[in-house]
Amino acid sequence: MAGSRLSYLDYNATAPVRPAVAAAVAEALTLAGNPSSVHRAGRAARRAVEAARAEVAAFVGASESEIVFVSGGSEANHLALRGSNRPRILVSAIEHDSILAAVPGAEIVPVDPSGTIDLEALAERLAADDRPALVSVMLANNETGIIQPIVAVADIVHARGALLHCDAVQAAGKLRLDRTRLGADLISLSAHKLGGPPGVGALVVAADATLTPLQAGGGQERGRRAGTENVPGIVGFGRACTLAAEGLAAYGRLADLRDHAERQLLALAPAARVFGALSPRLANTLCITMPGVPAATQVMALDLAGVMVSAGAACSSGKVRPSHVLRAMGATPDEAASAIRISLGWDSDDADIEHLVEAWSTLYARAGRAVAASAA
Amino acid sequence: MTDKATIDRARRANAAPIYLDYQATTPTDPRVVAAMLPYFTEKFGNPHSTSHRFGREAAEAVEQARGEVAALIGAEPREIVFTSGATESNNAAIKGAVRFLRDERRAERDHLVTVETEHKCVLETCRQLEREGFSVTILPVGSDGLLDLDRLAAAIGPRTALVSVMAANNEIGVIQPLATIGALCRARGALFHSDAAQAVGKIPLDVKDMQIDLLSLSGHKLYGPKGIGALYVRRRPRVRLLPLIDGGGQERGFRSGTLPTPLCVGIGRACAIAQAEMATESASLGELRWRFFTALRSRIPGTRLNGSAEHRLAGNLSVAFEGVDADALLEACQTVAASTGSACSSASVEPSYVLRALGLDEATARSSLRLCLGRFTTAAEIDFAVDALAAAVGRLRGSSQGMKMAASGAT
Repeated sequence: MAGSRLSYLDYNATAPVRPAVAAAVAEALTLAGNPSSVHRAGRAARRAVEAARAEVAAFVGASESEIVFVSGGSEANHLALRGSNRPRILVSAIEHDSILAAVPGAEIVPVDPSGTIDLEALAERLAADDRPALVSVMLANNETGIIQPIVAVADIVHARGALLHCDAVQAAGKLRLDRTRLGADLISLSAHKLGGPPGVGALVVAADATLTPLQAGGGQERGRRAGTENVPGIVGFGRACTLAAEGLAAYGRLADLRDHAERQLLALAPAARVFGALSPRLANTLCITMPGVPAATQVMALDLAGVMVSAGAACSSGKVRPSHVLRAMGATPDEAASAIRISLGWDSDDADIEHLVEAWSTLYARAGRAVAASAA
Repeated sequence: MTDKATIDRARRANAAPIYLDYQATTPTDPRVVAAMLPYFTEKFGNPHSTSHRFGREAAEAVEQARGEVAALIGAEPREIVFTSGATESNNAAIKGAVRFLRDERRAERDHLVTVETEHKCVLETCRQLEREGFSVTILPVGSDGLLDLDRLAAAIGPRTALVSVMAANNEIGVIQPLATIGALCRARGALFHSDAAQAVGKIPLDVKDMQIDLLSLSGHKLYGPKGIGALYVRRRPRVRLLPLIDGGGQERGFRSGTLPTPLCVGIGRACAIAQAEMATESASLGELRWRFFTALRSRIPGTRLNGSAEHRLAGNLSVAFEGVDADALLEACQTVAASTGSACSSASVEPSYVLRALGLDEATARSSLRLCLGRFTTAAEIDFAVDALAAAVGRLRGSSQGMKMAASGAT
């Protein structure tokens, strides 16, 4: 064990709030007003919300009126898919659960073994039915970090008169986001994945897209999302967007750290499989198998050694299921069951990677060899 | 222009106004803020990442908070679902329950009952459901703001899926007889939902005694943070909902999405503080409120209270000042932060539908202010507010008197 050192390498589940963001949130927690109130306290809260809206808008290259603040990525995804009122919804096979569950009758578009959406299949399916459609494809996958060719997807989607929704929750802050360049009509964002506070996100809605609100009530967010605005959360989200944009230039440093970890682990276990090794991938994400060792065993052993990673997505209350993302890429059930996700972020350093490699190596020497021996 | 009165006036104008808008939102209690802050930074784990220690630490904090929320309303922790606020809770409860009955149970219950004075998000939700094919009965209230229980009993039929009645009104603070309504609904097999955003932490509530099946609450109305609320969902007999937000399966499938640990901690702490301090706080607030009202009535002729005096939240006043336009009054009295109705419709030019539902004529509704006291209101602030409001009403009445005289002189 590496003493009492703790290495947090689960940034794709959630990131620690950046200190400057935490300070902004703490200050905004003392703003007493409701942004809808017309008195001075209300106007101060309104100004804080609108300043943050401008920061988020700048972050994605949208206009302020196109930003709808919501409670997070899951709500943004639901608002996009359920609120679009399109009779056909197509989603890629590797989408987040909140997309897959949003519309039960959604058609699934496959991905190839590299984890990239099958563009031909998308085009064929869109051509097969003329009803107005919405297509939802994520910008980068939360489990593998694999980046989707959204610009090409947008061309196909728009050629068919369909709308494109892009879940950019995992990509935001890790890639430059430009709504116009991407060509997406709707984009989902979450603050806590990019160093902002949990409990706030946004749906970016192109000016010409209409939306039926998920939750009805007061006319907040231009009638697109009712409910008193989460002022401190929104303030923190705005700050985090600005800081994340400023940090993008240095983000490549994480690719060096990640690649170093990947080389070391593959040297220890040449049979290990890295998902998305040959695909465009987020700089911070490494999804790798430890042959023969269940992911649940790995994450527990690594946690005991002070290294925090995850087995796939963090969602369903700790239950480890074979990942639908890896299965969609053609991984065998055994491979999928032995993959863990290592994800770095703004506060990660060399020592975290050394710690990971050491703990992984110790575990593999114990558990992995036992598996190899019993198989022999 | 250096006389003392001018300086005093300038000083008052620059100071923070007296905050009398506690029903729009409450300041977050500093004890709540202190409890929340560590969970943004050093205890930042995702509470669903229970395979590692940071995740488990966050999960424990969330569960403690769930217990604190549950305890305040007499529920079990497992019956509490965290949401993003009362608007989401109300939407999730009402839509979720009646759609489940329709889609999953194929039940022949397609009728909802609610009340004219409900919060906009309940009424809007019912309107959305009406467009989906449900039928909705909207009951009137008496001049005291109270629901007529005989009319309610008559409205609940064999097809009634759900009855939604708020615990305490957001504009007039009137408290509905929840236990009686709960018994009525239970006897007729209809679900009882109550929007208790304004009542939780202000009056004692017990979901078991009151036979409430679904109850909505909000963090920022009880000195907790904005962006968090909760929905109580009864387990025995079990109430089922189709979720508004599905996916990761958090909150036992009722509400997907990463739980915001600091906000959960905040609402939990706010509930714990309310539970400990509610009785003394509401007693002293009630006293202060009547002192406020008595002073207003003696200083400003033509002052009257809207809605029941007896069945009312301790901090609430809804007051009509005869012949005075309430918007003009707020404009003329910038040292007092109050409102003419709910915050959501602050920008609206329509008079409050809640006040109209009491039978007030348009002029009286337009002359009404909501003045809400809360945890941090002091007697000195109330005295100041009485002076400021009396002076402003005097100026407005003086000038309208002057205008009337000018007008009559011109003819």
